[in-house]
Amino acid sequence: MKRAQTPSQTVGPFFHYALPWPGCGDVAGGGSEPIGCRLDLVPDGHRLFAPGSGARPAGEVIELVGCVLDGAGDPTPDVLIETWQADCDGRYGAPGFQGLGRCATGEDGTFRLRLIKPGRAGGPGDSVQAPHVAVGIIGRGLLKRLVTRAYFEGDEGHDEDPVLTLVPAERRDTLMARADGAGRFRFDIVLQGQGETVFFEF
Amino acid sequence: MSPPELCFSLHTATPRDMLRIQMISASRYVAEDEEAQPPLLFPPYRSTVLRAPKRPPVRIPQTLTEITGPASAWESLGGPACSDLTKQHAGAPLGQRIVMAGRVLDEAGRPVPRTLIEVWQANAAGRYAHAKDQWDAPLDPNFTGAGRLVTDDEGRYRLTTIRPGAYPWGNHDNAWRPAHIHLSLFGAAFASRLVTQCYFEGDPLIALDPIAASVPEGARERLIARFDLGLTEPSFALGYVFDIVLRGPASTPTEDPA
Repeated sequence: MKRAQTPSQTVGPFFHYALPWPGCGDVAGGGSEPIGCRLDLVPDGHRLFAPGSGARPAGEVIELVGCVLDGAGDPTPDVLIETWQADCDGRYGAPGFQGLGRCATGEDGTFRLRLIKPGRAGGPGDSVQAPHVAVGIIGRGLLKRLVTRAYFEGDEGHDEDPVLTLVPAERRDTLMARADGAGRFRFDIVLQGQGETVFFEF
Repeated sequence: MSPPELCFSLHTATPRDMLRIQMISASRYVAEDEEAQPPLLFPPYRSTVLRAPKRPPVRIPQTLTEITGPASAWESLGGPACSDLTKQHAGAPLGQRIVMAGRVLDEAGRPVPRTLIEVWQANAAGRYAHAKDQWDAPLDPNFTGAGRLVTDDEGRYRLTTIRPGAYPWGNHDNAWRPAHIHLSLFGAAFASRLVTQCYFEGDPLIALDPIAASVPEGARERLIARFDLGLTEPSFALGYVFDIVLRGPASTPTEDPA
């Protein structure tokens, strides 16, 4: 029987004790702190969910950090960043690699994830995608999820990437995570206005 | 039928793998239904004004990135299911005990198994167990209001909780949110991710709520859980039915015939 889609609604401001869990920002595993979750917003004695598998997938460990800004240039303290990615060989859903990351933004609008640098996955036809991380932005004031991608400055394959090449050249830099020290990339997200991040539909 | 789990490397893929990649890539997810979904900018919900992008989204092809998802990952990622929010503390929470159940389906009516549903809600007085909820309604020491469960092979889920209360918020003069349960769904594909809220049949606040009103009128009723006597458990809890329909594959992928 044909069914009609359920409408989206905002996540609201009170998701912190339900969606992020301690360590959900550590896709690479083995980090020194359980990043991703705002423990200051979780009730005392809350039975938090188990902190992941403890797996340490192969590949280069990188940090993806950034700040989410609104149309007034103010940081957004009530946003959830969600990442989905291939493993270091460009495989999605490979055994031992979960590929899902989450991080609630702090009061200063910032997020931090420990990821594995993704490999190149196949694209439509014979195309090959450049390394990238899919990024979902869920937050108070967002009636639907926003979706973008973080590519990595200096990688090969940007000129032939089947998604990046659809973006007007003058806006592609909003999709580029910039090297910010060893193993660290900075990816700020501007929801609205000057320097607005490119968001996708598909 | 959901898409098969994927595990391919471009470097080690055999021709058979490549054929499957192409076949799976052909299994596109149906587009977002514009008649079902709210706009990003809806000024009556004030927080959208500075957060809705000004530029239209760029349309891109669906690649493996969009049509894969963490459906096989939940046990190792997040720990055990917690589908009874009335049993998370030493005592029973105050309020009307309810069972909410339904199925997660795609638009063709196919069940969507192995979808993680995360829920959270206010207590019976309308207060969240969250440090930023400063309304002076009482907290309930026996209710936190967060749970998680995974749909079964038929796409079914079942949640035991208490009916949440309405609460005031600062959006406009004398603004009250209708009673609602937040739901987050993630499973087969990044493309089918959904975050929504479920309201309760008969609540007069729904018609006054700008967040509910952001949804096109014809689709709004899909956010309302219906009382169901069959689901109601004698001498225990009122039953409510709430089905959820996600974007699904436009065509069912088939196995490599070779």
